Amino acid sequence: MIELHNVHKQFDQRTVLHGVTLELQAHEVVCLLGSSGSGKSTLLRCINLLERIEQGDIIFRGQSLLDERIDVDLVRRHIGIVFQAFNLFPHLNVLDNITLGPLRALGRPRNEVESEARELLGRIGLGTRSDDYPDQLSGGQQQRVAIARALAMQPDVLLLDEVTSALDPTLVGEVLDLLSDLAIQGTTMLIATHEMQFARDVAHRVALLDAGRLVEVAPAKQFFDNPSQPETIDFLSRVPKTQ
Amino acid sequence: MAPSTQNSGPGAPHLFVARHRRFGSSQHARWASIASTISVIGVLAFALWMAPGGKAVREFFLSPSHAWRAFIGDPSEGLSAIWRGFLTNIWMFIVCEILVLIFGLLIAVVRMSSSPILTPLRILSTVYTDFFRGIPVILVLFAVGYGMPGMDLGWISQQSPAVYACIALTITYSAYVAEVYRAGINSVATNQLVAARAIGLRQGATMRYVVLPQAIRNVIPPLLNDFISLQKDTALVSTLGIVDATQAAHIYGSLNFNFAGYTVASLLFLLLTIPMTRLTDRLIDRDRSKRLAFVS
Repeated sequence: MIELHNVHKQFDQRTVLHGVTLELQAHEVVCLLGSSGSGKSTLLRCINLLERIEQGDIIFRGQSLLDERIDVDLVRRHIGIVFQAFNLFPHLNVLDNITLGPLRALGRPRNEVESEARELLGRIGLGTRSDDYPDQLSGGQQQRVAIARALAMQPDVLLLDEVTSALDPTLVGEVLDLLSDLAIQGTTMLIATHEMQFARDVAHRVALLDAGRLVEVAPAKQFFDNPSQPETIDFLSRVPKTQ
Repeated sequence: MAPSTQNSGPGAPHLFVARHRRFGSSQHARWASIASTISVIGVLAFALWMAPGGKAVREFFLSPSHAWRAFIGDPSEGLSAIWRGFLTNIWMFIVCEILVLIFGLLIAVVRMSSSPILTPLRILSTVYTDFFRGIPVILVLFAVGYGMPGMDLGWISQQSPAVYACIALTITYSAYVAEVYRAGINSVATNQLVAARAIGLRQGATMRYVVLPQAIRNVIPPLLNDFISLQKDTALVSTLGIVDATQAAHIYGSLNFNFAGYTVASLLFLLLTIPMTRLTDRLIDRDRSKRLAFVS
């Protein structure tokens, strides 16, 4: 689905990504671990073309996204991203937040889009909240709506950028449960996260970014139980144990 | 009741309000404000009453009989009614306000667009806002009111002075309002732009459905402020010979050697602007209390 080849990204003089190479298969869930500042968010934003990479290549369904003929708006309709800070549109109610993209980016008919959005809201357990505004929802509910907003575009891949990091600990569970459901339904996802237990339970593969380098990519069980790289062993020794 | 000092031991910090600041909640505060209001108004009224020329000025500006005659007009003596003139002010500012809202928004959006095709328009809109915020309205009125008919451009040069006055006011106020809109657009958080682009919205759709609705909400109070100025500045159209409230008062004054008409016109303008200023203040307060919800 997505192939990253030797991706380099610099901000001014500071190199944030040092030659990252990673492949994401269709229906695969990959969790991206790493300390704050290791480059997880930047990597996701590069895939979504919210940032331009300096070197390397990103191949999406066989096409290079660095081709100068690429229309970034069209790419983003296929690659959804959800942010740590939700970024819902405060002036639109829940339903309108979800339908804005399908209506105004894809130009689909309203009745069709709205019935899909209501079904989506039912799936995330917010079927009764379609007329509420974002500031009437809890953080966990807002983040679920943000995920639904991305899903409403029916993207091929969903990128999730530390979507539980801004949440009250008691609200983290409901968002992770939603992601688990999506994984079971076969949604292709690349998830930057600090939730180790979730990565172990849900991810097919887990990757560790350390100072902009991808030091280890392995099936979840192997990554946690039998890591091969010293950086991984060090990283896992610094976070709470998981079973 | 005097505050008890019994519980405060020798080490307890001093936490009571200082004596000279104890207006606090009750009676005290109300009496203080009533007394100070009465004395301020009293001093001003006394000055007006007792000034050496006080009597003449009162007759000149406040004579009730002159005020009434100026208000209702007298066609037999060629006096236009001030109230009728004021209707001209009202329709002018309504027409101008609508035009300014549209035109100002266009200028702001063009100025903030990043499309390379719009570069010449972008430069033009920057020059426009700089230029027309810098020129006194009255000079723009002269330029349009005397310039356009003088250009001999057929249809364009054959409009009534009222049309030229509206054009001049719209030109000037659009420059101000464009800047207000621009501030509003800048006040929308970047993460909103990112979120809109991330679901694949084009730049235009992002502006229309995400940025502008939030931006406009943020600038309603300053927009209303500019409209209050615009309402008052419709008085300047009298310089083009249009008989608005000011001009009617002026005609009355010069024929009767009495300025009570100006007072009448002022009161009419206040009648229009005060509700607007109150509304603006209410909106600003509401905004402020939202932001300061956590500071007592």
